[in-house]
Amino acid sequence: MPSSAPALATTASGLLLVLSIIVPVGGVLLAFVLDDRHVRQIAFAVIPLGLAIAGAVVVTSAQTSPLVYLLGAWPPPLGVALRADGLSAVMLAMTAVVICAVAVFAAPVFRPRAADARRTSFAFWILLLAIWAALNIIFVGGDLFTLYVALELLTFAAVPMASLEGRAETVQAALRYLLFALLGSVLYLLGTALLYGLYGTLDIMLLSHRVRAEPGVYVAAALMTTGLLAKTALFPLHLWLPPAHAGAPAAASAILSGLVVKGSFFILLRLWFNVLPGLSGFAAAQLLAALGAGAIVVGSVVALRQERLKLLVAYSTLAQIGYLFLMFPLAANASGRLESGSALAAGVLQAISHATAKAAMFLAVGSIYAGLGHDRITGLSGVARALPISVLAFAIGGFALMGVQPGGAALAKELWLQEAASTGQWWWVVVLQVGAMFTTAYVVLVLAHALAPSDQRISLVRTSPPGRDLAALALATCSLLLGLVPWEACLPIPPDVTAKSFGIDALAELLLSVLGGAALAILFSPWAHPPNSSDAWKQLTRPIEPLRRTCVELCSLVERGDGVLRQWSTAGICLLLLVLTLAALTYSAN
Amino acid sequence: MSAVTVFGLCAAAAVGLGLYGLITHPQPLRKIVAFNVLGNGVFLLFGVVGQRGAAAGVGNDPVPQALVITGIVVAFSATALAIALLLRWFNIAATTADDRATEHLRSDPSGG
Repeated sequence: MPSSAPALATTASGLLLVLSIIVPVGGVLLAFVLDDRHVRQIAFAVIPLGLAIAGAVVVTSAQTSPLVYLLGAWPPPLGVALRADGLSAVMLAMTAVVICAVAVFAAPVFRPRAADARRTSFAFWILLLAIWAALNIIFVGGDLFTLYVALELLTFAAVPMASLEGRAETVQAALRYLLFALLGSVLYLLGTALLYGLYGTLDIMLLSHRVRAEPGVYVAAALMTTGLLAKTALFPLHLWLPPAHAGAPAAASAILSGLVVKGSFFILLRLWFNVLPGLSGFAAAQLLAALGAGAIVVGSVVALRQERLKLLVAYSTLAQIGYLFLMFPLAANASGRLESGSALAAGVLQAISHATAKAAMFLAVGSIYAGLGHDRITGLSGVARALPISVLAFAIGGFALMGVQPGGAALAKELWLQEAASTGQWWWVVVLQVGAMFTTAYVVLVLAHALAPSDQRISLVRTSPPGRDLAALALATCSLLLGLVPWEACLPIPPDVTAKSFGIDALAELLLSVLGGAALAILFSPWAHPPNSSDAWKQLTRPIEPLRRTCVELCSLVERGDGVLRQWSTAGICLLLLVLTLAALTYSAN
Repeated sequence: MSAVTVFGLCAAAAVGLGLYGLITHPQPLRKIVAFNVLGNGVFLLFGVVGQRGAAAGVGNDPVPQALVITGIVVAFSATALAIALLLRWFNIAATTADDRATEHLRSDPSGG
């Protein structure tokens, strides 16, 4: 952790960090040089290599943290350092695992020999490796400008990924994504210019020793935070996310939703926990978490109203991004400074479990779409019999997100609840519980439709090779088993928490969120529920019918509000207001 | 008023104009131009920062110049990508005989 003396020398096995960047970039360059028929082989040669490098970084950083590599042996502030602490190591590993699973899933779809889709498949594999390289730079980058360049690389690789299918609306969604992301990154760059002007360096470790509470820093922090929020698509800056994530092919959506938004989120963590720990971030953190709470409510409510499964999952990403931001106030210590403690570790854990679970869910939805030829939620009945592995992958991914033990999300929630209790911020406990209920609501809604029996036999449009669905299932299972991983080696997690999340209390809490979630799904979803045909169900729901109608009306209001927020002008004004509010809050807290 | 202050104010003005254009103009091409104005404001600010020699009292700090050059390359690629997407969109919209090509960016008809 950076609290120790600044390590301004290359450590042993620091070269691994360079390799983690060079290997995917090398793959991209090689694919351009060789014939585009070989692009898939190149990707499959690079991916195991990258996985091995990520594993090696995890193992070595558990012994010597942080790993450092000085490019060209020039020490900062003149040179550029690559650093990997425990956070970087686990994020590197998570990225490698998700990329690996998505590649296995995508292998039969994006075949370079398919004559009609040759360009698309070439683009997919190139972009996959490029996104990987950009994410790795973000995780190991040691100065704010390197992070800026990596952020832009990530956007440039992610935008074409969103418009792979080349239909008018996906190109439109990609253009909207690009323009809004550029607005965000320019604000970030403006903040770095101010920080350089104040302190003459952009190196994260040097800055952490030099940053003092002064007006320039408040403005820089507000600009950089808002820019990153625009790229992470935190409510109300989410105008680009639903069309971009829902319009891409399944494998691309999995990458965009699971990994790409985590890149800018990780930089946000670096900014607040490593660059600005000397600043009281308490007020700003409350605002960030409040926006997160808004994202949970709006994202989940709108998700429950979606007609198409893919859009439901895209809106669920919006809600889950909000969930991630609940960590900021919980990480504040008594003097209001953000501490790299267990709240931060839980945040990273939640990011990892969301990445794996959401990628698995998007892959499963892709299989369902390919199998049925549509993904209307109300037309899903009987699909569990026709496509059992896909539905199972979706269910396990959903369970992991809901906080079922021993998932990563359950462990993260437990840690956050402890932090909330010890810092006395009971209002975030409420948000955490409600958030878990909302997550349960849309997972239960989809499963209820998918598990409902169908009158007629479902004829599949296309049967997919079983390896594809197994990739999704493996990823979902991975997410559900994250709570069993010995995180203490890399993240500051107290060792007794894991045991606590298996007690009778945990079971009661889970039961509460499942019941609450089911109630929310019944009240908020405008669609006819699958057991609707039975008389007993009608008898049972008649008393709550007026309540349900009111709730559905309320939700349609929320959806309309979401539509207003997803216009450029409103989102732009929100962005500017957010910069001003953040600057004012940081000023008042210091 | 020193030259540094004048350039600093110019940078602020360019940033303001760019932000205004990017948020209010509905046409994508104008948004792209506004992004470039905004970006140039930020690059100018880096120039001002270098002139002030924040790092160890150097007369003219070379590091911001290196950053600006990298930033210009990035902004150039961003503009190229945005224009390529825009052209692609115009072509698709033209071939589907849809007059939406002249319309501004709207939300996705698929509900997104």
